[in-house]
Amino acid sequence: MDEALVRSLTPGVLTILVRRGADFAAAEDAVQDALIEAFRVWPADPPRDPKGWLVTVAWRKFLDQARADSARRRREDLVEDEPPPGPAPGLDDTLQLYFLCAHPSLTPSSAAALTLRAVGGLTTRQIARAHLVPEATMAQRISRAKRTVSGVRFDRPGDVATVLRVLYLVFNEGYSGDVDLAAEAIRLTRQLAAAIDHPEVAGLLALMLLHHARRASRTGPDGSLVPLAEQDRGRWDTRMIAEGIGILQAALARDRLGEFQAQAAVAALHADAPTAGETDWVQIVEWYDELVRLTDSPVVRLNRAVALGEADGPRAGLAALAALDDSLPRYAAVAAYLHERDGDPETAARLYAEAARKAPNLAERDYLTRQAARLNAGRRR
Amino acid sequence: MAKYLLLKHYRGAPAAVNDVPMDQWTPEEISAHLQFMRDFADRLEKTGEFVDGQALAPEGAWVRYDGEGRPPVTDGPFAETKDLIAGWMIIDVDGYDRAVELAGELSAAPGAGGKPIHEWLEVRPFLAAHPTVTD
Repeated sequence: MDEALVRSLTPGVLTILVRRGADFAAAEDAVQDALIEAFRVWPADPPRDPKGWLVTVAWRKFLDQARADSARRRREDLVEDEPPPGPAPGLDDTLQLYFLCAHPSLTPSSAAALTLRAVGGLTTRQIARAHLVPEATMAQRISRAKRTVSGVRFDRPGDVATVLRVLYLVFNEGYSGDVDLAAEAIRLTRQLAAAIDHPEVAGLLALMLLHHARRASRTGPDGSLVPLAEQDRGRWDTRMIAEGIGILQAALARDRLGEFQAQAAVAALHADAPTAGETDWVQIVEWYDELVRLTDSPVVRLNRAVALGEADGPRAGLAALAALDDSLPRYAAVAAYLHERDGDPETAARLYAEAARKAPNLAERDYLTRQAARLNAGRRR
Repeated sequence: MAKYLLLKHYRGAPAAVNDVPMDQWTPEEISAHLQFMRDFADRLEKTGEFVDGQALAPEGAWVRYDGEGRPPVTDGPFAETKDLIAGWMIIDVDGYDRAVELAGELSAAPGAGGKPIHEWLEVRPFLAAHPTVTD
């Protein structure tokens, strides 16, 4: 039995049930029952139309459950009122699930978990392992999310920006065990890009591909962090980079710039440079100017200060930094780097040590501690 | 088998013998230290004695319920005496003697000059949820 096929059909089946009036949690239970049935029946008797088969069986399971339910009459009325299912013009089934799973009433972490469950077809155990939480905790998080959206119908189109934020969150949550969430997020974003025509969807897909292409070179064999300038560019996935750049160029050509396209443009300029020294920092600063205009985010301004330090020298970077709040995440790390390049290892070492204390993860802390140690050891010699 | 918590402190433990802050080490000494810690955890995994290990950030705050409204959050007034836990490792071993033996080995992690840090680690037994069946 083709498990990948079943996984790709599941969201569509779920959507049809919900559109016919089943609430989200009940529809999911019914689809699960239908899948169990499929695993039992299909090996001996494969259906000609697997999706139709699943819809029929799942709907029957749902009705069985609904009839047994005390709310039987209300639900049957609901079914009576529902127009017969037909093609939804211009909207893929799965697409509607995306919008439901990214509903604004959900917290970002619930939205991410529900998306992986309903659109990605991952098991609760797989999602739990990827997030390093107990399976029971993740099961609760998902069922709470399902209850939250159970009254929400598909008649209101959601906000593409919210869906994209959820997918980017999934991408950034990393991986462990048997599920690579970055790869899963790319798969889902590809699906989304195939279903809707939106330059920011293309921008996000390009951004993910460009980041993902460099993943193998971002950490050393012992798990330590390797900064961009020191990465072995021979280990970058050039095919993935080429694909990301192609998607980005097509999106930019449509002249509807958004945050993800601009971020992807920065990533593309890094990915395109044959050596770190040949990076086009002037253009990167220009893209950060666009990002400041689009988002006015202090984090973007911090990144812009780094780029400016490369394009116009460390003094320019430090001047840009002076205008920012020094409690920003990674502020001390950026300041340390710019002071070192400006020829002040003493200040740089102190700031690296401070940055290490504030580092959000082990790899960064170890990297920053090592930078402080390197400068301090150099000064003692 | 019994579970023990090995606690490593940023602050609050008696001073180590080789007490030099990490940013004063050489990068090679840092690498050797981190490798030692990784090897130690890997070895305990192989002997079936490793349960969990996590590192904690040095930033921390005291919070308490203070009536209606938001609870107060403060870094003091006990900042100068506050213990600060740097991380923990949970082991599941035959008994107290083995827990002490392993804590001793962990305390010998190399530091400045490639010499053992001789830091003080806290060893705390877990209270089990259920009484042991002895009959």
